[in-house]
Amino acid sequence: MPDVRFAPADLLVPTPYRVVERVRELDDVTTLRLEPRGGERTRVNPGQFNMLYAFGIGEAAISVSAAWETGRGLSHTIRDVGMVSHALSHMEEGAEVGLRGPFGSGWPLDRAEGRDIVIVAGGLGLAPLRPAIEAVLARRERYGRVTVLIGFRSPKDILFPRQIRDWRERPDVELHATVDHSAADWRGHVGVVPTLIQRTAFDPENCLAFVCGPEIMMRFSAQALLGAGVSPARIHLSMERNMKCAIGHCGRCQFGPHFVCKDGPVFPLELIAPILSVREI
Amino acid sequence: MMEEAKHGPPALIGPDDLELLIQALTHSGRQVVGPVLRDEAIVYDHIDSIADLPAGWTDRQAPGHYTLEPRADAAVFGYAVGPHSWKRFLHPPVQTVWSASRDAGDGLGFDLAPDPARPYAFVGVRACELRAIEIQDKVLRDGATPDRAYVARRDRVFIVAVNCSQPAETCFCVSMDAGPRAKTGFDLALTELLDDDLHQFLVEIGSEAGAQMLAGIPHRQADETALSQANAVLERTSAGMGRRMETDGIKELLQNNPDHPRWDDVANRCLSCGNCTMVCPTCFCTTAEDTGDLANRTAERVQKWDSCFSLDFSYIRGGSVRSSTRSRYRQWLTHKLANWIDQFGTSGCVGCGRCMTWCPVGIDLTEEARAIRAETGVPK
Amino acid sequence: MSAVVSTMDQILGQHRFFADFPPDFAELIAGCARNTHYKPGEYLAHESDRADSFFILSKGKVALEVAVPGKSPVVIATLGAQDVVGVSWLVAPYCWLFDARVMEDMRGISIDAKCLRVKCDADHDLGYEMMKRLLPVLTQRLHATRMQILDVYGKS
Repeated sequence: MPDVRFAPADLLVPTPYRVVERVRELDDVTTLRLEPRGGERTRVNPGQFNMLYAFGIGEAAISVSAAWETGRGLSHTIRDVGMVSHALSHMEEGAEVGLRGPFGSGWPLDRAEGRDIVIVAGGLGLAPLRPAIEAVLARRERYGRVTVLIGFRSPKDILFPRQIRDWRERPDVELHATVDHSAADWRGHVGVVPTLIQRTAFDPENCLAFVCGPEIMMRFSAQALLGAGVSPARIHLSMERNMKCAIGHCGRCQFGPHFVCKDGPVFPLELIAPILSVREI
Repeated sequence: MMEEAKHGPPALIGPDDLELLIQALTHSGRQVVGPVLRDEAIVYDHIDSIADLPAGWTDRQAPGHYTLEPRADAAVFGYAVGPHSWKRFLHPPVQTVWSASRDAGDGLGFDLAPDPARPYAFVGVRACELRAIEIQDKVLRDGATPDRAYVARRDRVFIVAVNCSQPAETCFCVSMDAGPRAKTGFDLALTELLDDDLHQFLVEIGSEAGAQMLAGIPHRQADETALSQANAVLERTSAGMGRRMETDGIKELLQNNPDHPRWDDVANRCLSCGNCTMVCPTCFCTTAEDTGDLANRTAERVQKWDSCFSLDFSYIRGGSVRSSTRSRYRQWLTHKLANWIDQFGTSGCVGCGRCMTWCPVGIDLTEEARAIRAETGVPK
Repeated sequence: MSAVVSTMDQILGQHRFFADFPPDFAELIAGCARNTHYKPGEYLAHESDRADSFFILSKGKVALEVAVPGKSPVVIATLGAQDVVGVSWLVAPYCWLFDARVMEDMRGISIDAKCLRVKCDADHDLGYEMMKRLLPVLTQRLHATRMQILDVYGKS
């Protein structure tokens, strides 16, 4: 009988992780810091995601919003939008969740070395970009100009405000945050995040752009980056589709010929440009 | 002519010997599955004996149409394919992935579902179905993260293939280069030969396991007459395909035409019932259902076949990516005939015709592909 | 400090809006332009006032806002260095549609709209050069506004 080859069990079966800290970021956004119960810490690349399981309720794909290196546990930032994310958002500290992962491609940080980096985040899209920003700042000397452009709905929807302030204060980072809607008491920018791209100085010939946010925001940001002279091979987007298995077997996350779970979620625009604006693909 | 026989020369057996083969497979500890008559169709289920096979029956198929008819002879494999395919056994419609428990301290424990204990033997696998298994292998076995349960079943299965003698009006395996001759992927392959008074099976050997199994039952070496008879059967079958699919450039044809008006046309007919995906021998998509007991102490994850025609399939917060029938049919056909090539290096279609037979409104995918080609000027 | 004094047409040429502007035209525009300086809280313009000037910013931040009875004003957009404030001067009846409030110390150039309109009417080549620069500003603002309306981060 031939050798029987198996997928590692931990890709199919969750590992118990303990909630070591729960942070209420916004009205409907929560960050869970998780530690494996007795297990080993798995390396996670910025931009990868995990499948988090709420006991008896179900599983959801959640971006890793901070890697081990930056503090206690592995952070997952969750928006309370469905049954599973609601249950996860309300996990008590000390409770356990199941975790499978990490899955998917991350941001191409290695390829970005020696180049300018333009990070464009919209809303909760900042979550999977935060580990990338932190990784870049930890090895700041390896990169050229670092530009971080962040858009939110309104001032009260700003995610990770303390970190944004820390990044803004660094002389070696150009950071602009903007909101779509605001009253006059807001002192920052008002306007959609693509408008920031036009106002920012970076080398379009020698940069990499990482974009994450709602799909419309990513499409318009990609347009603005193209307009600024950045080639589609240098623009990377993190896509979202329905996911169940996360290993390319359930077929649900197909985006044209691509599986978002294993070929993505981070894709170069060059690869997905032909289908990005096709409706209902 | 037959290819050079690696594991031994072709043999001849009679119906009694086939019975012995089924017995031997059972005695080897395998669960034997083959075609049986049930619910007015020929389906695949557990068999104990050659008597369970649908002797003297055939099927008549057309888009949206399937009926059984008696044959003039006692052929046991004298029909095309029914609504079942072997994925029902290798990639079952419902299977538990793991079970979990929660202890008094709220700690979670997970247990992988046990691997299936008993290996299968499949009797009556058609060439198109061998290709379908090969295609599912690429999806579920040969990637970076093989499906554990699939591999456990697949690598232990014993396959008795059958060369088709009776193509249906919906068959086009020749177009997809998937049949009608079983070329690889079997342990033994039968060609049913019926003369006025002689009922026998030409047996080709596809593996060492097949050779060993054949050695255990009475057989004689095939003569030239039997070999040429078998070739004639296959030639007749090849010539009798009821459908044809033009595959040249089909990947680009579909990928470059997501806004073709034909998608609107087919959407007006398609009921988005998902029958095509259930009967398709290569469709592999699933959902996962998580359940828990009322006391919230035990839970499990069950994997179930799902269909790209369901709204839930593409649901992301707030809505379904593919909410129109147009987009769901387009996803199915474009995936099957085009994207599959990018993903797995092969078409996802084997030309078995099940999707049109079991479509309640008789949508014929060869016709849909032809219409898109005709109206876009892609050369035939 | 060195005593280099830039002429107005040189100053205009340094601005993104006037990049590659023909020198003859720059001189014509310079005749309508003057340096301006506004402090935070001051207004460049008020809704329904006559739009008899527009501004090219070299420093600072300006909010375009709309007053709402009983509430604080709603900010539509903020504009900064290299941006243009005001397009109403180009379209009859030449009235401002927003309040333009200075958020951060603003320096830039104010251009007399009436003066420029007369020159553009007299020289359509100049008018065309101005339109080529203003139309992209308008389409970008329109596009950005559409995206704001979409409320892409909205709760679903």
